[in-house]
Order: sequence, then C-alpha cells, then structure tokens
Amino acid sequence: MARYLPLALLAIVVIVVQQIAQWSDATYYLTQLTMTAYYSLVIVGLCLLMGYAGQISLGHAGFFAIGGYLSAMLTTHDLMPYQGNALFKALGSLGLLVHQQDLFGASVLHVTPWAACIAAVLTAALIAFCLGIPVLKLKGHYLAMATLGFGIIIFRVALATPLFGEADGISEVPGFTLLPGLTVSGDFAARTSNYYIAWGMVLLTMLLLSQLIHSRIGRALRAIHGSEEAARAMGVDTARYKLQTFVLSAVLAAVAGVFLTHFNGGLGPSEAGIMKSVRYVAIVAIGGMANLWGALIMGVVLNFLSLRGFFGTYDDAVFGAILIVIMLFAPHGLLHRGILRELKNLFRKNGHGPA
Amino acid sequence: MALLELTHVHKRFGGLHAVNDVSFAVQPGQIKAVIGPNGAGKTTLFNCIAGTFPPSEGSVHFNGQPIEGLEPHRIASRGLSRTFQNIKLYPGLTALENVMIGRHCRSRAGFWAGMLRLPSTFREEREIRERSLEYLELLGIADLADSEATSLAFGQQRAVEFARALAAEPTLLLLDEPAAGLNIYETAEVARLITTIRDRGITVLLVEHDMSLVMDISDEIVVLSFGQKIAEDTPHNIQQNTEVIRIYLGEDDAAD
Amino acid sequence: MAPELFVQYLMAGVTYGFIYAIVAIGFNIIYNTTGIINFAQGEFVMLGGMLAISLNGLVPLPVAIALAVAITMLIGALLEITFIRWLDRPSVLRMIIITIGLSILIREVALHVWGESVRALPYFSGNEITTIAVLGARVSPQILWVIGACSLMVGTLSLFFRYTLLGQEMRACAANRMAATLCGINPRNMVTFSFMLSAGIGALAGCVMSPITSTEYSIGTGLAIKGFTVAILGGLGNSMAAVAAGLLLGIIEAFSVSVLPLAFQDAIAITILLIILFVRPHGLFGRKDAAGLKEF
Ligand SMILES: Nc1ncnc2c1ncn2[C@@H]1O[C@H](COP(=O)(O)OP(=O)(O)OP(=O)(O)O)[C@@H](O)[C@H]1O
Ligand SMILES: [Mg+2]
Repeated sequence: MARYLPLALLAIVVIVVQQIAQWSDATYYLTQLTMTAYYSLVIVGLCLLMGYAGQISLGHAGFFAIGGYLSAMLTTHDLMPYQGNALFKALGSLGLLVHQQDLFGASVLHVTPWAACIAAVLTAALIAFCLGIPVLKLKGHYLAMATLGFGIIIFRVALATPLFGEADGISEVPGFTLLPGLTVSGDFAARTSNYYIAWGMVLLTMLLLSQLIHSRIGRALRAIHGSEEAARAMGVDTARYKLQTFVLSAVLAAVAGVFLTHFNGGLGPSEAGIMKSVRYVAIVAIGGMANLWGALIMGVVLNFLSLRGFFGTYDDAVFGAILIVIMLFAPHGLLHRGILRELKNLFRKNGHGPA
Repeated sequence: MALLELTHVHKRFGGLHAVNDVSFAVQPGQIKAVIGPNGAGKTTLFNCIAGTFPPSEGSVHFNGQPIEGLEPHRIASRGLSRTFQNIKLYPGLTALENVMIGRHCRSRAGFWAGMLRLPSTFREEREIRERSLEYLELLGIADLADSEATSLAFGQQRAVEFARALAAEPTLLLLDEPAAGLNIYETAEVARLITTIRDRGITVLLVEHDMSLVMDISDEIVVLSFGQKIAEDTPHNIQQNTEVIRIYLGEDDAAD
Repeated sequence: MAPELFVQYLMAGVTYGFIYAIVAIGFNIIYNTTGIINFAQGEFVMLGGMLAISLNGLVPLPVAIALAVAITMLIGALLEITFIRWLDRPSVLRMIIITIGLSILIREVALHVWGESVRALPYFSGNEITTIAVLGARVSPQILWVIGACSLMVGTLSLFFRYTLLGQEMRACAANRMAATLCGINPRNMVTFSFMLSAGIGALAGCVMSPITSTEYSIGTGLAIKGFTVAILGGLGNSMAAVAAGLLLGIIEAFSVSVLPLAFQDAIAITILLIILFVRPHGLFGRKDAAGLKEF
C-alpha cells in the first residue's frame, strides 16, 4: 500500500497548489502548471523506457509532435472541398466530422477532436511499432543515433510540409471537449478545470505506471536492464517487452502532444526539435533513470522554471549544463537515497588526486 | 525417448572450432555431467542448447522437438532452465525478486493486466511470490529474501541463481559449474540439492570441475576436450579411461 | 541530364562527401581510442569555421585558419581533460549523454558569442563568381581547395598512424588498451590526443568549407548526423572506408536535389542511416565478425 501513498500526496499537493493560486489571485501560474503536467506525461513515459527497459530514445519529441500535429491538422484543415467524396460522407455519418463557421462566416468542415485525437495517437503507436521493431535491436550509440535520426526526420517533415504550416506551425486549434462541460482549451474561464484535467491525467498515468513497474512485466523490464542474457534465459521475451514499452511511451508522448496542442491552441516545429528530445532525456537522467517519481518531480521543477522564463536566453544551455553535471557527478540522478554517499565518495576520490 | 538429444553439434567462432561434432543424449530422470579441461567448450555447448546462440551445425532436440535456433526465452518456456558459470543475477532486484523472474514463464499477466492490476493479476502475483519464497526456503536462504541479490556473499548468490532456475519448474536443468568457488560444506550441500531435485523428477545436465562431486552424483559423464567428445560413460568407467586420464593428468601438469 | 550539369552535381557531391568523411574520421579516431561516439564532433567543425572568420579580420587568412585549428584543438583537449579523462569506466549511456551535453554547451556558447547570423570566410582564391573549367563544367575553385585539403588530411592521417611513434601508440591503444598500458603507453594521454586530433581535422574542414557552405552556430548537429551516417556506412572505426562512404553519401545527396525538395535533403542521409543500421550495422565495407575489431 506504500505504493499509493505518493499518489495520494501528489493529489493533495495538486489541490493545495490550486487553492493557493486561487486565493492569492495568481491563477496565471496554473497555465504553466498545466503545460508542465503535459510535458510530465512525456517524461514519465520516457522514464519507463530509459530507466526500466534501458533503451535510450533521442526522438521522443517526434512522437509528441506526431500527436500534436496530426490532431491540430485534422481539427483545423478544411475538408469542405472533399465533401462529395464517399469516404468523407461515411465519416460524416459516423459523426466524426463537424461543421463550423470560420472567421468570415463561411462554413467549414473539420474532423471532431475526439476522432482526431484517436487517429493521432493510433498513428503514433503504429509508427512507434514499425520503427521499434528494427530500432530496438540496436544498442548504445546505434540506438541513440537511430532515434535521433527519427526525431530529425519528423522535425524536417513538420518544417517542410505546407499541411503542417511549415515554419509557422498550426494555430487556431479548437478546444477539445472531453465530456460536456469539460473542454481542453486555453480559455481564460476554463483555466482551473484544465489544470485539473492535466493533473488528473498525470495522476492516472502515475497510478498505471507505478502498478506496471511492480508487476510481472515491470520486474521483467528491470531484469532486462540488469542482465539481458539472464532475463532471456528465464523466459523473458526481451524484444517484445522493449517494443511494448517503446509503443507505450510513444503513446504517452502523443497523448501529451494532442492535449497540449488543444490547450495552447496550436503548436510550432520547435516542439519537434532535437533540443526538446534532449531535454526530456536530461530530465529523466536527473530524476535518476529508473525512478518514476524522481523524473516527475524534476520534470515539474525544470519545465515550470523553463516555461516561466527563469533561464532566459540560456534555457538550452542550462539543460546542457545540467546534463553534464549530473552525468559527471551523480549518474544515478539527484533524487535517490545514495546521493549523499555518492557525492562524498566523489570528493574523497578527488582529494586523493586522479586514480 | 531421450529428453535432450544433441546430434553432430558444431559451434565455430571465426576460426575457432569451440564445439566439434558433439552428439549425446540425456535420458529423463538422469543426472548427467559434462567435464573437460578449461576452454574445452562446455559452456559453449550449454549456450547452444539454451539458445544463447544457435549451433553452427547440427541439431538439438528437446522432448522430441527441434529447438536449435529458437530464441532462448522460447526454449526456457518449454521447460529448460539454466544457471550461469559467472553468476548473472539482476542488480537492483532483491533476492526474492530475482527468483520471481524465474517464474516468468510460468505466469501470464501482460502489460494491461500489470497496469490495471486486475484481481486475477493480483492473485497471480501472490502465487508467484509464495512459490518463489518456497524455493528460497529450499535453498535455505529465505531470510535473505529482501536483500539486494548482487550484494550477497558469493555462495548465497549461487543459491539465489539456483532457486531462480528451479522456480521455472523446468523438466531439464542446466547447471554450469554449480560448485565453483564454494567451500567443501557448500559443495556437499549442492550435491545433496542436486540429488533432491532429481528425486523430484527434474533431469539435470551439469558442467563441473569438482571431480568428487561429479563422480558421486552423476549417472553418466561426457568428456569434452578441444570441443570434441572423447568419452561418454558411467563414472566408474570414466575413471578407468586412459584417454581421459591422459587429458586430465596433462592438464594438471600444466596447471600446477 | 546535360553533361555539364552532371559534372557540377558530381563535384558538389564530392565536395560535401569529403567533408562528411572528415567528420566521420573524427568520430572514428575517438571511437578507436575510447569506444565512445563523441556527439559533439560536428561542433568542432562549426568552431573551426567561426573562429577563423572572427580572426580573419585581425590576421591574414592562412594565419587565421592555423590559429582557428590550433584553438579548436586546444578546446578539444580541454574538454577531454575536464569532462572525460577522470571518469572511471563510464557506461555508454553516460558517455552519450555527456557528449550530447557538451555539444549543446558549445553551441549555446557559440550562439552567445557570434549570434544567429550566417557568416562565411572569403574564397581562398578569387571570389564567389570566379569559376574554373573542370571536365567542361564551370565550378568554383574553392571546391578544389576543399577536395585538396581533405585528401591531404586523409593522406597525412594514414601516414601519421602508420609511421609515427605517436600514431602507432594510438593504434596500439585502440587494439588492446591493457597491452598498450603494459608497454608503457599512457592510454589517457592517447585519448586526449585523439580528441585534439579529431577537433583539429574537424576545424580545418570547417574552414575550407566555410566559403561555400557558410557557417552558423547550429551547423554542428546536421554534420554530426551525416558524419555518423558515413562512419556507419564505412563500418565504425574504419577510416579509409569512411572516405568512400562519404563520397557515396555526398554524391547521392547532390543528385537528389534534382528530384527531391531541398528541405528533405537531410532526410536522405538519415533514411540511409536508419536503413544501414537495420540491415548492415557493421557497414557496407566491413565484415560482420571483423566489426568487433577496431583497427584504424
Ligand atoms: N562468444 C564467444 N566468442 C568467441 N569465442 C568464444 C565465445 N565463447 C567461448 N569462446 C571460446 O570458445 C572456447 C570454449 O570456451 P568455453 O567457455 O565453452 O569453455 P569451457 O569448457 O566452458 O571452459 P571453462 O571450464 O573455463 O569454463 C574458448 O576458447 C573460448 O575462448
Ligand atoms: Mg565454462
């Protein structure tokens, strides 16, 4: 039951923070906290992949972007010209399309956010599946470069495709009504409900993932990380679990992409950039790799500071520096029990001069 | 019918012919030993059987079915379990969790079941835990269940690995030097354990350098030298075999 | 395709191909002595170009280039000494993350020093409109500078590794670190040298290419990906094959411009990288079982 204590704590903190923000008339913080929550989804998913299955991905911003871009494109691109098409008639009769008025009063036709969301997430899952089969056979540098390459391709495609708005990205993305009265959007009035939607998703994800890592599969994943050969010899289908974890973490990234895009009302190619992927990796590393809560906490702190513009023009430099410092001095991350001992050893060793 | 049957198994690493045309069979209920000087290809042979890598040539039949070239996890789930010469426990997992991995191929919960923690998953998980504890008890290390496995003493680590292999409830158990690095008491304990599990119906194929252990417990012995099988017989006859004696004396001269 | 156009594409391909090959050799040199891939390799190229451009106002061009190369080598050595030398058998993941961090830091420093503007060194001979005839096509003489300088580097390097004591020591270290240590070679120094060397060749490549391709703070990542593609194509650690692979990639890219939009040019290299990683991770020219052996 100790497993559920952190979840309860998190729920309380989420509520308390919202109450404080309400009282002190600082609800504008909630906007950044909402965005932070969505980025945290990517981070805990990546943490599962890197920390537990031991596979690095330098392309997770790519999955975030697949979710965000597809959902944005489907909900904003006018399908009026194809109205006669049989396929679109069928989609329309299934209730997957909506008629709306654009700024100039003309009637336009879009895919509904629900349908767009599902299509986007499924696409991301499918791409992760197809990419994962060959990529996860690779190790170390090869895996890092292959996933980096994937990330760059997604970035290039976003940047070069008119349908995705090229350098401008996509804007005017409508809100995403989850349930009647509950809409993911940047509306001022919906700020508090959006904060709870986002953090509710984080809580749900943390619940599912922390149950997963303590299950038969989670144990197998940790075993793969420890000794792949011995895990295989005990009947663990390593290739399959790595692939499933890869797809799961891609789905989380894509879901985050969809929701954040609806919340922000749009997205640009920088969301697909390599620096974003590196940043996610950095946060997982700082959180301690195989440490979901560590990744979540570091993700919230750093993303929040970054979104508030705390690091100014040194934003990327700060992440680069943090990466190096952590990997040099505390390769097991900041938030774990052995950290003090580790640092002490480090200084003792250095005191004796290089070994 | 033989439980395990090797026919003309070869393994080459580049120019090195590590296993050269080895054939033999293991009958159900047997304890069979593979001996031979260092570098004879014993571990390589085990790896060919367990699927760590496929043999370069030849076939391996387990329960009458060909298993050569299958992935190790598939072979494991057919009831073949093993230990490693250089212990391979999972760091960061407790002794109990290490053994619980052994029950992986005897349980089913998948990704969804794990995430949602369905009642059936819950029951299965409890069963895994209980059975794993039983195996730790069998090995006499139940009190170490919650210690990190890789921080244990060497003999205890061997015991955890043994328990992990048993937890898979194999029909055939491959033991690669189960007594290496153990003192005489621990070795005697291992000998007792191997006969116990044989009596429970598990067939054992082991590699071991400790001759008194091998001679005491095995029903049959295969001798490898430079990758080739040079003898296969009962312990008594092996001790009389001049070829085997020559190899071992030769090796002893070199080693001492 | 008109013959002149063909030659023009070919020359462009060869030019870029040589640059990719130099980046790939930079990867290989460090990989051979340390077993790590230095993700900051592309940044050395950027630094070489940027430093030479800044120095060019103060001193004559050849001096500026020499200084830029020297400074970049110094930076390479310093990075190794500060961030890598004292680590005790770091894991691959840790090294990947550290070198990625370094590449970000170098890039960000460059951004703050030089800004986002695109700069270039002047053409070494003539100016941007000077052309010379090669096989009936008109190409810039700078192309010959690039090809010349890069071939010279490749040649010098292979002589260096074969005939100088230092080169042989580095090879010994690559082949068997333990044995090399027993022979009195300090492997840590060899690692520092390998960083200096690959920083130096990267910087020189950055200088000679600058007039044609221009230099800006962010060119490193793209070059690193392509250099890595080439290194993998040739088989990681095999530098002669890297030259062939570099030319292959450069030429494919150059001709792709005639069929694909420019924006997708990068995607070609990456697609090749992904394909090669999936089907022949030991490289086009390498043998599978030889992939484990790392000879220069
Ligand atoms: N994966 C491998 N790649 C290349 N050569 C190998 C590999 N595994 C084993 N060898 C070589 O094959 C030969 C046989 O090794 P093996 O480990 O099977 O011997 P062994 O009989 O188990 O010896 P020991 O009693 O020392 O454990 C040795 O020369 C070894 O170096
Ligand atoms: Mg052995």
